[in-house]
Amino acid sequence: MTTTEAGKSAGMGKDLVVYLCLLALAGVQFAMAFQNIDTSQMLVRMLAVAIVEAGLAVMFFMHLWSEKRGFVLFVLVFTIFVLLAMQYGWTDSTRMVVGAPFAK
Amino acid sequence: MSQADSTLEGHATGLSVGPAFSIPTKKLAMWLFIIADTMTFAACLVAYGFLRNGSADWPRPFHSITNVALMTFILLTSSLTMLMGLRAARVQDKAGAFRWTMITASLGILFALLHVREWLGLIHEGMTLFKNPWGNGLFGASFFSITGLHLCHVTGGVIALLAVGVRYRGGRYNADDIEVLGLYWHFVDLVWMFVVPLVYLLNLAH
Repeated sequence: MTTTEAGKSAGMGKDLVVYLCLLALAGVQFAMAFQNIDTSQMLVRMLAVAIVEAGLAVMFFMHLWSEKRGFVLFVLVFTIFVLLAMQYGWTDSTRMVVGAPFAK
Repeated sequence: MSQADSTLEGHATGLSVGPAFSIPTKKLAMWLFIIADTMTFAACLVAYGFLRNGSADWPRPFHSITNVALMTFILLTSSLTMLMGLRAARVQDKAGAFRWTMITASLGILFALLHVREWLGLIHEGMTLFKNPWGNGLFGASFFSITGLHLCHVTGGVIALLAVGVRYRGGRYNADDIEVLGLYWHFVDLVWMFVVPLVYLLNLAH
């Protein structure tokens, strides 16, 4: 086996492990759908698994892990900040369910 | 050389510091697109969650996970084949890179066909954009919007895979182009990881 081929198969082994992890995590999500638990609890658990899956895909499939530290910080900080900023309206959606009037 | 010339030269050297974050411009552009697209999908999913949370009669129309599980498996596998294509391109294996890119495109087409089949099944059961037989009429609008947006991305990705694959084989594109396209394809896969639990699994009929 040449050096190039050896490097290629070693890298592929890591990709395969990440792929299997993603399949397993997806399987966990599907299994959760059949658990007899509250919907909000199920949502939190499924989102947690999805975030782990996304992290694996971004770091290893998209190779963000091997980029410059400054770029990794730029992507992560910017994205996470905006995603968190989008969460401001949840209290209003709950208010619609309980029929409470909106603030004037 | 005068002092003015050397000062100007110094300026020019200072300005041409290379691409931001020392990564190729095409790759940076794709990352910026991915960040922007993340916001689009996140906004759609948050709006969907807002509607679902605010509705007492949110429908749970899905009776089986077989189709969505198969779609998930296909999309995840297509990410692996995309990586294999990139690895082949990196070692100058043109035939291998082309073959894996075309396999990825084929998996994307299969995913799209399964998606359309699922849509047709739901439409056949009476679901439209603004009404359905199970409950809140907005379910159709949010379901078709989110999955439709994702399907548009998959379709666009398949077209890009075919175009880049053919041009790579013809020598017009190189491994960097395959890598940039791979970023997009993995992103489409990544979005699906959030669409499945939120739109499908939480709406599974018990």
